[in-house]
Amino acid sequence: MPQVTLTVNGTKHTVEVEARTLLVETLREQLRLTGTHVGCDTSQCGACVVHMGGDSVKSCTILAVQCDGSEITTIEGLAAADGTLHPMQEAFREYHALQCGFCTPGMVMSAIDLVNKHPDGMSEKEIREGLEGNLCRCTGYHNIVKAIAAAQDVMHGRVKELARAAAE
Amino acid sequence: MYDFAYHKPASVADAVKILAADPDARPISGGMTLLPALKLRLNKPTAVVDLSGIAELRGVKRDGDSLVIGALTRHYEVATSAEVKASIPTLAAMAATIGDTQVRNRGTIGGSVANNDPSADYPAALLALGATIQTDKRKLAAEDFFTGMFTTALDVGELVTAIHIPIPKKAGYAKMRNPASRYSMAGVFVAQTASGVRVAVNGAGANGVFREKAMEAALAANWSADAVAGVKVDAGLLNGDIHGSAEYRAHLVTVMAKRAVVDAG
Repeated sequence: MPQVTLTVNGTKHTVEVEARTLLVETLREQLRLTGTHVGCDTSQCGACVVHMGGDSVKSCTILAVQCDGSEITTIEGLAAADGTLHPMQEAFREYHALQCGFCTPGMVMSAIDLVNKHPDGMSEKEIREGLEGNLCRCTGYHNIVKAIAAAQDVMHGRVKELARAAAE
Repeated sequence: MYDFAYHKPASVADAVKILAADPDARPISGGMTLLPALKLRLNKPTAVVDLSGIAELRGVKRDGDSLVIGALTRHYEVATSAEVKASIPTLAAMAATIGDTQVRNRGTIGGSVANNDPSADYPAALLALGATIQTDKRKLAAEDFFTGMFTTALDVGELVTAIHIPIPKKAGYAKMRNPASRYSMAGVFVAQTASGVRVAVNGAGANGVFREKAMEAALAANWSADAVAGVKVDAGLLNGDIHGSAEYRAHLVTVMAKRAVVDAG
């Protein structure tokens, strides 16, 4: 069986896989990183989004063998060792950007890639378009967009602290 | 998904050798179409030949009056390439609308072209721009390459290696996306090229991407949205399905052609 070496959240793993094994299967079933979800398994919903070499990708539509030698970041790799959340995670918490939470790991991973690739910041419209590959069956997009808009200012260093959500 | 052998050659020559030895092997680049097809067991290759290790297939460069885009160049790279934005801005803008962010981070121009999905964006662009598709053994004009729905002139085991695109005087693109799948229901790419005005249509043709010659003649005489507004598209050549009848698509083609001319300026 093929052997692949992946650096996942900074830790190197060498695992045996079948050629047909999907990256998400290796992450969830072999490395037990179950934060990455499988929603549709047809590359539409984005619940399985992880970063590969810094780019957001749908881990249900990549073979583990295609990732040999690459750097993977999953939702488990975002928070600091002391538990301090990544600014995007903190923004999702602050803005209550989730309802059932199933799509959240993929939303957060996609959102971080989007923010990283738009150093000048994104408008609400650009954020919504950028999230095209992530579906929320609770239709909780509104707070997700608010969270990303707030997090980008922190990630780009424009503000020191996350803007607090308005009390409603 | 059925299992298969996996190869990752480091050169085109090695990839072609593996593919020649096994006609049931399939090349994979981004895998954005092949992997979903394998999951559905629509295809059962004996081996998958991963092209991603072939450095010579990557990148965008200017070569005289043409852009040369390596087959493994991802949609995201075309969308953000300074060279593409400078010489064919519409092509960069079009690449930014393919699939979604994650698809653009993986999917490649060579894969899209070799698959020739009737709703894909690149085939219309390359047909309108008069591009040449370079393979491991020959060069083919876009009109000779795209032969029908999901069909190309590629032989079994033949690989697309690069796309040569003559830089047009002007080009524009517009598509009507299906509101759910976001695939093109009708997309029109217009270009003023050195060999005249060319108009290509995706998403609507019953036999895949095609040139709309009546619109080309109208735009050659008068480059304006009004010029194509009066051109009736023959619904008999178009695809009808639950998303829209052939007659509706014929109407969309005209509307998208007008918008594409406006986009081109």
